[in-house]
Amino acid sequence: MSEERIILAHGSGGRLSHELVERVFLPHLGSEPLRQLNDAATLALPPGRLAFTTDAFVVKPLFFRGGDIGRLAVCGTVNDLATAGARPLYLSAAFVVEEGLPLTTLERVAAGMAAAAAEAGVVIVTGDTKVVERGSADGLFVTTAGVGTISAGQDIAGQNARPGDAVIITGSLGDHGIAVISAREGLSFSTEIASDVAPLNHLVAEMLASGEVHALRDPTRGGLATTLNEIAGQSSVGVLLREDHLPIHAGVKAACELLGFDPLYVANEGKMVAFVAARDVEAVLRRLRQLPYGAEAAIIGEAVAEPRGRVLLRTTIGGTRVVDMLAGELLPRIC
Amino acid sequence: MCLAIPGRISQISQGVVGFPVGTVDFDGVAREVGLAFVPEATVGDYVIVHAGFAISKIDEGEAMQTLALLRQLRDQTWPAGQAPALPDSEPPITSP
Amino acid sequence: MRYLDEFRDPELARVLVAAIRAEMGDRPLRLMEVCGSHTVAIFRSGVRQLLGGSVELLSGPGCPVCVTAQRDIDHALALAAAPGVTLATFGDMIKVPGARGSLQQARAAGADVRVVYAATDALRFAEANPSRQVVFLGIGFETTAPTVAASLLEARQRRVSNYYVFSVHKLVPPALRALLASGEVQLDGLILPGHVSAIIGEAPYRFLSTDYRLPAVITGFEPLDILRSILDLARLARSARPAVVNQYGRAVRQDGNPAALEAMAAAFSASVAEWRGLGSIPGSGLRPRSEFAAHDAALAFPVDVPASREPAGCACGRVLRGATKPPECPLFAVACTPERPVGPCMVSAEGACTAYYAYGRA
Repeated sequence: MSEERIILAHGSGGRLSHELVERVFLPHLGSEPLRQLNDAATLALPPGRLAFTTDAFVVKPLFFRGGDIGRLAVCGTVNDLATAGARPLYLSAAFVVEEGLPLTTLERVAAGMAAAAAEAGVVIVTGDTKVVERGSADGLFVTTAGVGTISAGQDIAGQNARPGDAVIITGSLGDHGIAVISAREGLSFSTEIASDVAPLNHLVAEMLASGEVHALRDPTRGGLATTLNEIAGQSSVGVLLREDHLPIHAGVKAACELLGFDPLYVANEGKMVAFVAARDVEAVLRRLRQLPYGAEAAIIGEAVAEPRGRVLLRTTIGGTRVVDMLAGELLPRIC
Repeated sequence: MCLAIPGRISQISQGVVGFPVGTVDFDGVAREVGLAFVPEATVGDYVIVHAGFAISKIDEGEAMQTLALLRQLRDQTWPAGQAPALPDSEPPITSP
Repeated sequence: MRYLDEFRDPELARVLVAAIRAEMGDRPLRLMEVCGSHTVAIFRSGVRQLLGGSVELLSGPGCPVCVTAQRDIDHALALAAAPGVTLATFGDMIKVPGARGSLQQARAAGADVRVVYAATDALRFAEANPSRQVVFLGIGFETTAPTVAASLLEARQRRVSNYYVFSVHKLVPPALRALLASGEVQLDGLILPGHVSAIIGEAPYRFLSTDYRLPAVITGFEPLDILRSILDLARLARSARPAVVNQYGRAVRQDGNPAALEAMAAAFSASVAEWRGLGSIPGSGLRPRSEFAAHDAALAFPVDVPASREPAGCACGRVLRGATKPPECPLFAVACTPERPVGPCMVSAEGACTAYYAYGRA
């Protein structure tokens, strides 16, 4: 066979499994604990409360402009830890690989993970690979877990937003969702829009150092609208957004008009939304805009006392409407 | 009923005989579009696209005239610079 | 975006709102926006809240998903389940509940259901997969029908024998006539669908003035378009001078789009159609002409369609006729929500109930 592919035997645990780890994973993800090839990594953790998260990644296609499933897996896990105010330290990664997947694909994914981990300053310390018959895994699924420590005094949670807080988004909306859907065959539109997938732990650390942040979350699936509805509910505050302050790239706006999407519901993978004490908002914004992933940060609204648990939008023409959670799937529509 | 979006024809190719197609650009998003229903349209024209087909060629003059009439209405009813206050003064929400 | 942003100018919107309020008489103006895209635009742009009580806006039978009869949905579900069939559809129809679940559930149960953006994309898929029998679910009004007609014309010319259309296309004028003939709803004016009008032009609406003395304005979909049409309707209603006015001149010619009408006439012929909420209306549907019988899924795939019945307590029919507002339906936001929709008006992103649920509940 011209191109070497994964076969069921790669998942048997025998010689081919070891060869797979040594030839594909270790060259890219060769951290000290991983090289020991033990069944568990043993780690010493700095003091402070532990933050722990897990995630699964099934994006299709596996590669898209601006990123791939490997980079997405590391960044998604790192960002979840960062939203708890934690410093991400160690990650695990488990792969469910479909029989017939070219080895080069797995190598590219491992390389994507290694680059993202290096950028975030985290180490992948333990992993596993299983192989399933052709047709039962759509190429590749990746699951991760991550641990980090929360330094004393940090208390960031979805319940802590307060009326008067300013709502900041760290950059443009909808880039990831549109980049992925435009790479999917069948919708056939071409665009330069790239996914924003990025590790935000350093950005979050800078944000926390420059002002009082009450709540923080990465608006991934379901988009900003869903995330804000979650926080508004947890904190029982209202959120009033300004449509003309929402940073959205022209190409993303155009793609959303074409497909009938509302950009507020399109996924992001390299953004944070933060509820910041009003007195610190200028300082936080200034700091963010000096950072690579915060250059387009903007104040997009404020937390208000009423209506409790709801998100409202002041539209471009000055009217107001409710912004609900995403219901169902985002599908291209004609009417 | 029918989402249709304006875009600019950036390229026209013959496609299948009798079914001309072209590329329409929407602010950086480009898509192949059927042009059978706008035989008079050429590269650079703006068309309205619905479900993969251009259903109308935009009349630039009409668009400008519509906006001009609205500005005229504004200037007739509101002396210069005193158009009704922008949204900030509006109460946040009234039930529809 | 060119030709969109200019028609969202906040200052001009304020001027129009003020002008509309100045036109108001002793009671609110009662208007119907026929088209589902207008329903969504009115909510999403904030026009509905800005106008407040001065104008009462009723949603009409203009959401192609909502007006599709239960029996046609069940027929489409049966086609999706037929062996060897790939059902291609616009995203809008995926969640609509039939007697035995939706296309979304049929897909989960193994049926090959694919979302496409255009009928010609489904035709390309058929060419690339000769072993599949590709059935395109043709929903939509006069705006969409020509694009599906083009796919039929191309399929026949290039002999793509595994491409079929299941047509549930519908025509707007016959539905408006049936709606007004029932006299169930008293209206001061009609906001006419801009993109359907880009195809059919002004003439098919003349009966609104001659037979019903009802002012009607062909309207675009940006806030300034909608507000300007409402202002026109307010003035026409006050002067009791019925007229059909084209306020969407940048996209709509008086005689519509001859090339699109020609394609539609070449592939389809008018037929009786079953509308949810309006019943059976002669000449209000489109069927593939006899020359295209080989591509007509209704003929090519005899499937048994279960007896269909409207979901109990569902008022979608009355909502579509503007006789009931979604919050007045007993199921609204209780038994019927976007997650678990009972009737199609809560399924379609353009359905009146979806719009009320998402944008209206403060």
